[in-house]
Amino acid sequence: MRVSEHDAAHEAAAQRVTDFLRRRREQIAQRWADAPLFRTVFTVSRDEAVEACKAVVDALAEVAADGRLEDISAPGFAAVRDQLGRTAASRARTGSSPAQIADEVAGLRAPVTELLRGEFADPSAPEAHEAVLTLAVLMGTLRLVVMETALDAGEELIERQRLQLMEVATPVIQLWDGIVAVPLIGTLDSARSQVVMESLLEAIVDQRAEYAILDITGVPTVDSLVAQHLMKTVAAARLMGAECIVSGIRPAIAQTIVHLGIDLGSVVTRAGLADALAYALGRQGIVVPGRPAAGASRS
Amino acid sequence: MMEVLPRRPAPIALPIGSDADLARVRQHVRLVATELGFGLVQQTKLVTAASELARNTLVHGGGGQAEITPLEEGHRTGLRLSFVDQGPGIRDVALAMTDGYSTGGGLGLGLSGAERLVHEFAIETGPGRGTTVTAVAWVTGVPAPRSGAGPRRPGAR
Ligand SMILES: Nc1ncnc2c1ncn2[C@@H]1O[C@H](COP(=O)(O)OP(=O)(O)OP(=O)(O)O)[C@@H](O)[C@H]1O
Ligand SMILES: [Mg+2]
Repeated sequence: MRVSEHDAAHEAAAQRVTDFLRRRREQIAQRWADAPLFRTVFTVSRDEAVEACKAVVDALAEVAADGRLEDISAPGFAAVRDQLGRTAASRARTGSSPAQIADEVAGLRAPVTELLRGEFADPSAPEAHEAVLTLAVLMGTLRLVVMETALDAGEELIERQRLQLMEVATPVIQLWDGIVAVPLIGTLDSARSQVVMESLLEAIVDQRAEYAILDITGVPTVDSLVAQHLMKTVAAARLMGAECIVSGIRPAIAQTIVHLGIDLGSVVTRAGLADALAYALGRQGIVVPGRPAAGASRS
Repeated sequence: MMEVLPRRPAPIALPIGSDADLARVRQHVRLVATELGFGLVQQTKLVTAASELARNTLVHGGGGQAEITPLEEGHRTGLRLSFVDQGPGIRDVALAMTDGYSTGGGLGLGLSGAERLVHEFAIETGPGRGTTVTAVAWVTGVPAPRSGAGPRRPGAR
């Protein structure tokens, strides 16, 4: 008996909050539009902020009507998930931390709670308490929904930055007419070596390069996978009509490669980038004067 | 309270579950090898062997962990690297150790190559028993300068 009485009270409170949200939609939205979360995002037009707030109120009303007060995956949130995600992302872009954004969402509770209390002749009546509590739960759930979308947006941002970093980390440089070079820096995992290969092949076509230099001075470890990536890149460049030169193989790495059993015999290698360039120029019939043979220091 | 033992890096276990973990294992092996006094060539060999074996743990073993243990035996100093997984195991170890043998489109030089890069090498495995590959290298020759001064260049000002 008691349990169902309890449930009944819950249901009544949810119903009351639903009605309240629908009835006071306009006032709630007006108040929220001035809260930092919305005011700072919709800077151009306050009307837009009000519209966005109304959508959030509608969503909350639907979630409450469904009785899914604590369910962050309640269908009612679907309509505003996108909008909340963009709002949170825009706050994050201007430097707000996730904790600050969470605080701002929490800050929406006070104005709407005040309105709700005003609905009751006796704000200390049990029904009033129950309703305020229900609204608090609902607002807590909204906060979680915003945090979740904010985290998703953050992950997307990181993934995008990672991709961008991969691109900038592999610039293809034209050293001379028909000679391009890629200074490789850092770990050559599969994803990066794919980017390297693509940008190199593109540059070979764009610049009609006959020689492509892969400089691995900045690659800390050359294991069998890295070697395989290098050889694939060399082979692909060859198919495009360019000869590849791998430069920057340090002595310790050279010894390691040999012990590992990797055969770079079919690949032209040079100690440094300058040696590789001299080689490529020489093959084009351009003699580089004043450059003593292998092993000499840079002039 | 009063530690009078020579400072040497403590044994450590690192997880292997992603490409980023592989990078961490390599970095840690390089750090410890440097601290133990391995020269540049030996460091490079150890890091490369670790890279091969850790990647096998990840790719073929479905993930696991790397155990990096400094060794001291009488007057010699060494480093033991163990790579442990609970994956499918290796049915035919001799075949897996053959240069060029790969079940995954690799060069097939990881296991056999790693063995050539270290002094001691052991594989414990069996179908359904997971795989543990252990590699040991000892500091050889003239100990490298521990830190600070770069390579000395005769005739440099
Ligand atoms: N930890 C492991 N668990 C299960 N099988 C393994 C493990 N390590 C190696 N193997 C098996 O041994 C084979 C040879 O390994 P090896 O590292 O020599 O070559 P690979 O990994 O296939 O290519 P790569 O030359 O790129 O390393 C693998 O293809 C795999 O079938
Ligand atoms: Mg391998």
